[in-house]
Amino acid sequence: MEDKLIIGGQEITSRLFLGTGKFSPNRLIKEAVRSSGVQVVTVALRRVDLEYEEENIASFVPKDCILMPNTSGARNAGEAVRIARLARAAGLGHWVKIEVVTDNRYLLPDNFETIKATEILSAEGFVVLPYMSPDLIVAKKLLEAGAAAVMPLGAPIGSNRGFKTRELVRILIDEIPLPIIVDAGIGRPSEAAEAMEAGAAAVLVNTAIATAGDPVAMARAFGLAVEAGRAAYISGFGATQVYASASSPLTGFLSD
Amino acid sequence: MRITLNGKETGLPEGVTVAGLIALKKLNPKTVIVEYNHELVKEETWADIVIKENDKLEVLRFVGGG
Repeated sequence: MEDKLIIGGQEITSRLFLGTGKFSPNRLIKEAVRSSGVQVVTVALRRVDLEYEEENIASFVPKDCILMPNTSGARNAGEAVRIARLARAAGLGHWVKIEVVTDNRYLLPDNFETIKATEILSAEGFVVLPYMSPDLIVAKKLLEAGAAAVMPLGAPIGSNRGFKTRELVRILIDEIPLPIIVDAGIGRPSEAAEAMEAGAAAVLVNTAIATAGDPVAMARAFGLAVEAGRAAYISGFGATQVYASASSPLTGFLSD
Repeated sequence: MRITLNGKETGLPEGVTVAGLIALKKLNPKTVIVEYNHELVKEETWADIVIKENDKLEVLRFVGGG
């Protein structure tokens, strides 16, 4: 059976998306991309620290990847739009992850400003992937606004707490005819697999990989888990029941 | 003269171009993006832009992010 993920008219070869924050050293990003088979990679745009020299992150991302700048740091739609336009003008392609955050404790996204930014940037030809708090009505508005996918959080950013928003995300998967990508909070490969088994189109992972003891091996583990979870979802699960149902034949010669 | 550089008021000699500022700050031009008075300016044009009093410059770079 053919099972393709298409976003912005482009076939995506890996259902694991990788964030590039917190890697140390940065060259591990390239190795993590290779070990996991990741194709879509996020980066952020920041003011240069004029006091000391920093590295250019793009040089650590293999050229065949799709670079997706995020708008982190934006506190409203206008700032998100400004970052997206700058990134595109700087030659970073036309994919953008909208991230509008004003809450500093849980880093939860402002869904309303996110809808506004999605509308503006979609109209300008961007492939817009909004990070959002899972809510059906908001997801419907993002669809109307032209989003290419919807990215509900699994748990707060960087928390490694897992797929806590499962039931709300399940409703999005059920109701929204766009790829639903679980972004943020996924801490373990089993949790990524859980999201994929629930029908998520992809999973975006950063902290769990970047801060692992061996980020390159962990990236591979996530890649495998995402693939396994997707294959399971496509296969269709057997029914669950309360009582046992023998999988070996019990009728036989011993009782005769 | 005074300009605003990355949100901070900064002193700068007269006649410095954007290219000159990048060199002054010892930045690799290939790794930074410059927004001059809220407009992105390409590297090819940096040598022609003479910075004036009260100009606003943002020097940006792509960094790791999720």
